[in-house]
Amino acid sequence: MPDRRSILRGLLVSALAPAAAHAQRRSTAGPLVAAAADLRFAMDELVRVFRRETGMAIRPVYGSSGQVFQQIMAGAPFELFFSADEDFVFRLADAGRTVDRGALYAIGRIVLVAPPGSDLPLDPEMRGLGERLRAGRVRRLAIANPEHAPYGLRAEEALRAAGLWEAIRPALVFGENVAQALQFALAGGASGGIVALSLVLAPTFPRAARHVPIPATMHQPLRQRMVLLKGAGEAARAFHAWLRGPGARAILARYGFILPDRG
Amino acid sequence: MALLLPVAVPLGRWLATTGWRWRPVIEAAVVLPLVLPPTVMGFYLLAAMGPETLAGRAWAALTGGSLAFSFAGILLASVLVNLPFAVQPAQRAFEGVGAALREAAASCGMSPWQAFVRVELPLAWPGIATGAVLAFAHTLGEFGVVLMVGGAIPGETRTLALSIYDRVQALDEEGAAAMSLVLLAVSLVTVTLTFLLAGRRGAIRLGP
Repeated sequence: MPDRRSILRGLLVSALAPAAAHAQRRSTAGPLVAAAADLRFAMDELVRVFRRETGMAIRPVYGSSGQVFQQIMAGAPFELFFSADEDFVFRLADAGRTVDRGALYAIGRIVLVAPPGSDLPLDPEMRGLGERLRAGRVRRLAIANPEHAPYGLRAEEALRAAGLWEAIRPALVFGENVAQALQFALAGGASGGIVALSLVLAPTFPRAARHVPIPATMHQPLRQRMVLLKGAGEAARAFHAWLRGPGARAILARYGFILPDRG
Repeated sequence: MALLLPVAVPLGRWLATTGWRWRPVIEAAVVLPLVLPPTVMGFYLLAAMGPETLAGRAWAALTGGSLAFSFAGILLASVLVNLPFAVQPAQRAFEGVGAALREAAASCGMSPWQAFVRVELPLAWPGIATGAVLAFAHTLGEFGVVLMVGGAIPGETRTLALSIYDRVQALDEEGAAAMSLVLLAVSLVTVTLTFLLAGRRGAIRLGP
């Protein structure tokens, strides 16, 4: 029965093809770099420019800093880690997973965003949000999960400083990381969200959406630290060094990061 | 898939024919991934594959790498998670062969192995193939377990389903739409294939 055989062969090929493609890709791919989700768009650009200048490829993976921390502790094969909260880097260093105690590369800022079509009034101290809340007119506000995402924790602190935390809790939706919080804030009829400035400065941010920076005095600073992990190879080390140079610093500044004088 | 069938076929055959008292427990264990939340499977698998566990250490000694967050790791997880999809139809198919036919084969002088290869397997293959196709389609779409065990590493453990999730977070709707369409088309084709195979199984049953 030729048809039976051809079906079986088709199944076999479709089952084995991903494995073959996988083996091929692996040989040419660069080191895996784990980055906090606020770097999602900035890092894509950094990796692109680095590749153009040096010919070396880097594979970035994004997540909340707390999740990446867990993954590294569970043995994930990353060579370089960019954490939105330097505490995670110090904890990895204490656990003996890193080459050193890392370098401060940026300080992050949070912003209040309103999606296209939302009439949420935006002001830095979030007074408009408070008025809307008291009038019962805030449907959903998206922030990153404060349990493991540094930007979520800072959003919570800012909402507490504004005296809105208890009142707004029933309306909060939590993103797994700050990039997902932005996606939630822009989609599904949400009133808005509190996310990273670096995400709203990306070219992909919708033109019709609005944002306003929340004063850095309303929350603990987002001190962001990068660190080489044990076993980091040549390309990861070169990328780490390049990031402290003028080209990379200019890109980070363009995405709204405050740069340390010298990490 | 190539790994799943050698496990699923003997297991299905054994479950179909054994009179063992504890059979329902084994059956329940095989079906468990169907009813458990993927996060529960992911949690236990990740715990089992960590660098400090027995499995993790054995794998590290063999390959020098880590089982969690590797392609081999999600492959292993996928086999376990998809076992019910392959075993169940295979078991039903072997049950459909019937004890009478097995005895007839034995009385014709066939050894159990000969009977298995020359009588049971040809009769049961539509069920086995149905299971294989279902498992294949489900593997492509598996999300929770693969995300927890694999971590969505590009070129390593980022499956198509995880790429869609990633594209949505990157606000790249075009990319997400294109990949979703591919997955939708593949799923439709494979499920259609299952129904074609199921139709044939009916025809075979009418035969003897």
